[in-house]
Amino acid sequence: MDMAKELLSGSRLAMSRVITAVENEHDNAGDIMQQLYAHTGKAHVIGITGPPGSGKSTLADQLAKEYRLQGKTVGIIAVDPTSPFSGGAILGDRIRMNDLTLDEGVFIRSMGTRGSLGGLSRKTAETIKIMDAAGMDIILVETVGVGQSEVDIVKTADTIVVVLVPGLGDDIQAIKAGILEIADVFAINKADHDGVDRLNTELEMMLEINQEKTDWRPPVQRVIANRGEGIKELANAIAQHIAQARQSGRFNQRRKERTKNELLAMLDEKIGRHVRNKLSDEGDFDQLIATVESREKTPYAVVNEILTKVLR
Amino acid sequence: MEKRVRILVAKPGLDGHDRGAKVVARALRDAGFEVIYTGLRQTPEQIAEAALQEDVNVIALSLLSGAHNHLFPRIVELVRGKGMTDVLVIGGGVIPDSDIPALKAAGVAEIFTPGTRTTTIIDYIHANAK
Repeated sequence: MDMAKELLSGSRLAMSRVITAVENEHDNAGDIMQQLYAHTGKAHVIGITGPPGSGKSTLADQLAKEYRLQGKTVGIIAVDPTSPFSGGAILGDRIRMNDLTLDEGVFIRSMGTRGSLGGLSRKTAETIKIMDAAGMDIILVETVGVGQSEVDIVKTADTIVVVLVPGLGDDIQAIKAGILEIADVFAINKADHDGVDRLNTELEMMLEINQEKTDWRPPVQRVIANRGEGIKELANAIAQHIAQARQSGRFNQRRKERTKNELLAMLDEKIGRHVRNKLSDEGDFDQLIATVESREKTPYAVVNEILTKVLR
Repeated sequence: MEKRVRILVAKPGLDGHDRGAKVVARALRDAGFEVIYTGLRQTPEQIAEAALQEDVNVIALSLLSGAHNHLFPRIVELVRGKGMTDVLVIGGGVIPDSDIPALKAAGVAEIFTPGTRTTTIIDYIHANAK
């Protein structure tokens, strides 16, 4: 199977297998991506993040349905944490999107973090490109946002939607985790629950304090995802964000920034791998470790030694 | 290499009891597999399509309502029809021993009836999944 060719002619099986090849780091993955790259850059990538239980998957499902009504094709990447103990995962986002399984204009892929959040970022970015090359108009990337690395995943998006819910104890907790700064649109889900007004007000207050020189103030949209309420308005807010960003040039700026970070990340990885391979070839790494442990040498000196040798 | 075995745990038909499926799903996760659980009341078409999108190595079907003789072979048929020739299809639930040969002939690799240890299922997958 010429996977790149099959994918470009519309084979969903090929799309699925290419994603696997990238995820599992098959030898032919690089070649395939090389062939697909020219076909990327068209899709509108929307990141959806927020605390666990905030309704991200349900919201993704509803948004996808809205986009389908608009005649757009939708790719969805649902990211769930891998157990650090067993290396396994229950990828349970798809269960909220059952209505979409048989829609030929939708493709849903679940991914586990597999213990390397930096690595996942790259694999998610590659999967976005794969879906893009396959012709998806919209790509939703849905992941739990509780830390910096999950934030990195959604930074690959053109528009970032942060989902919050009222009544999670200290409503500011999620905001403190740093996701306030990355939000382009806020969605307060389960807006029929107690505390929604307070959360809304607190959000607006924080946005007021954090008002930067940018021309886009993230709107706060109330939704009730499992009832399909507020979805059109949310989709409109997202559309407005992208229109504004294109007009102001920020869209291109962000994409350039993303490409830059991607190149740097790939360089880091390849150089790191090169150094590690050289280390295992040379065979004296264990010895060096021993000299550091015994305080005979410092780790700083050893690293410099190694680099001088390897990068000669 | 970063390979993980991906398993779709699916509940076909109108059977509403998924405690067993969830127990198996958790055991599989603890064994290091990536488990995608479809939820209840899946049609064979939904299961086959989910298996394709997720490019799973194994489809584990759970059925307690007695419709396995129709649904399991139908799912195998759809899965092979989509070009997924290497996917291992296994099943469990309330399945009489006398039904098992026919199910195997239809392409279900193995059936794990109530009382099977989860370790048995895990070992089987390790040995047989491609």
